[in-house]
Amino acid sequence: MLAFLFRRIGQSVLVMAAMATLVFLGVYALGNPIDILVSPEADQIEREQAIARLGLDRPLWVQFLVFVKSALAGDLGRSFVHGLPAIDLILSRMPATLELAFVALVIAIALGLPLGMIAGLSPRSLVGRGIMAGSILGFSLPNFWLGLMLILAFAVELKVLPAGGRGQTRELLGLQWSFFTADGLRHLLLPALTLAIYKASLVARLASAATRETLVQDFVRFARAKGLTPARIVGVHVLKTILIPLVTVIGLEFGSMIAFAVVTETVFAWPGMGKLLIDSIYRLDRPVIVAYLIVIVATFVVINLVVDVVYSLLDPRIRLSERKT
Amino acid sequence: MTAIEHDAPVAHAAAAAEQGRLAQAWSAFAESRVAVGALGVAALLILVAALAPWITPQNPYDLTQLSIMDNMLAPGSRGFDGRLYLLGTDDQGRDMLSAIVYGLRLSLVVGIVATAIALAIGAAVGIVAAYFGGRLDSLLMRLVDIQLSFPAILIALILLAILGKGVDKVVIALVSVQWAYYARTIRSSALVERRREYIEAAQGLALPRWRIIFRHLLPNAFPPLIVVATVQVAHAIALEATLSFLGIGVPITEPSLGLLIANGYGYMLSGRYWIAFYPGIALLVAIVAINLVGDQLRDVMNPRLKR
Repeated sequence: MLAFLFRRIGQSVLVMAAMATLVFLGVYALGNPIDILVSPEADQIEREQAIARLGLDRPLWVQFLVFVKSALAGDLGRSFVHGLPAIDLILSRMPATLELAFVALVIAIALGLPLGMIAGLSPRSLVGRGIMAGSILGFSLPNFWLGLMLILAFAVELKVLPAGGRGQTRELLGLQWSFFTADGLRHLLLPALTLAIYKASLVARLASAATRETLVQDFVRFARAKGLTPARIVGVHVLKTILIPLVTVIGLEFGSMIAFAVVTETVFAWPGMGKLLIDSIYRLDRPVIVAYLIVIVATFVVINLVVDVVYSLLDPRIRLSERKT
Repeated sequence: MTAIEHDAPVAHAAAAAEQGRLAQAWSAFAESRVAVGALGVAALLILVAALAPWITPQNPYDLTQLSIMDNMLAPGSRGFDGRLYLLGTDDQGRDMLSAIVYGLRLSLVVGIVATAIALAIGAAVGIVAAYFGGRLDSLLMRLVDIQLSFPAILIALILLAILGKGVDKVVIALVSVQWAYYARTIRSSALVERRREYIEAAQGLALPRWRIIFRHLLPNAFPPLIVVATVQVAHAIALEATLSFLGIGVPITEPSLGLLIANGYGYMLSGRYWIAFYPGIALLVAIVAINLVGDQLRDVMNPRLKR
């Protein structure tokens, strides 16, 4: 297990290094780095100072070393717009995004798992077909458009929920959370639902397929023969079996939700790091863009690592097959 | 030259068998009336998009045809000169129906072109990896694994943040996002085909490698890609719309459906819902139709579900 863990961590470090190199090349080779790293409003003296400070007059490989060194020290440049270190800016917006993604994930499971199991239990019935058709609609709906329609329905027409923003927050562990106030929850509901629908459809389809495959297995027949109630068979034995593949998928989907939150946050003016990225792209605040990319890649590498390790704990075959190769 | 003579009768027989298989595939596909309907809708949308300049009441890109007097009209109302705006107009007096048809045209073209290019690249990479195996294979597949561990939207965002706006850049981003799916799919089917006798026969004839790969292995390993490509066209269209909605996709001069929706977003809160609503419906219908076709194709081609 330890060898497997080390190999996976080694791989993650490699991916991280490759991605940082790509970002570096994208910023330095494709564009003029002075334009990217120095504010367009800077005067000649400021420009020259920045060029000297960033080492832009030195060869590319020296610059790369400087970039890596400062990135490792947590310095990814200063925002032109906010005047703060870019990394601090990103990290200060991160809790809002994580909160949104987490609530959306909970909604996706709470909706998708029961619906998928119902559809899997009676795939030919009207309800089963309806759920499957609904799931196709669910993952065909363009995320941002769904958000707009929810705003139109609940904020513009019915006027029961707010159209955007984060609402009142409460501090916990030094961070602001919408989750703990009634107003914050009201603001959280629509964006979280928007983000959740696609994943709920995905979870429903997976759960339905897994349920159908599990129902024909012998242990279900034995359980029935033993005289267990259908509720117990489905609620305990089937559920346990289908949870294993679902857990891995859900873990990976959490990462994709953080990425997709860019869209939802823009629609609902939710002050997370995705909204910050889009604002930074509009304002050409490039240090923040670079910092976002590095942070999000790091987040992903960590999530993938955790999912891999959890999966290998749940399913020893993965570990063993890796050892063989 | 003997190689070509050897190929010819094989190709002939294969064509006949292909015809029979196609007819079979169609009857299996037609079992679902929903899928046939979806195929009809998709074909109709493509036709409408192709004929856009001849069937729309107005060219939405030509500013001289727009009448600013007619801006923000509700659906079904008549303009200053008595013209009927079936789906209303936007803030510049643009007929929404025309704008949607042109937007649909752009969305479909971007989606299909990007998918075709990605398919070509992915298929080439995957089949080469499968044929040669060894180091090259593990290197290419590791690359694919790494790319697929990041969500498509994230990769597209990163690329467009670096490259900037533009139809060509959106296509580049969509291709970069998609190729890995095809590479992985065709590799797994090519690995099976590679061990078949006809490949051994082709190798025995000492045909050049590229010929074995692209004339013998590729056509036989290709079918599973059809399903992936169908679904990916829908994904590409949705992703393009999303990127354009975020303002980092196509330029404002040629609005795709996503940009039209972004444009309507600002007016929605004041109750002018139609600018954002109808382009979204068009987008939704296109994506659902393609997904339904892809879903049925998957069932038809899945050997495990064969009766």
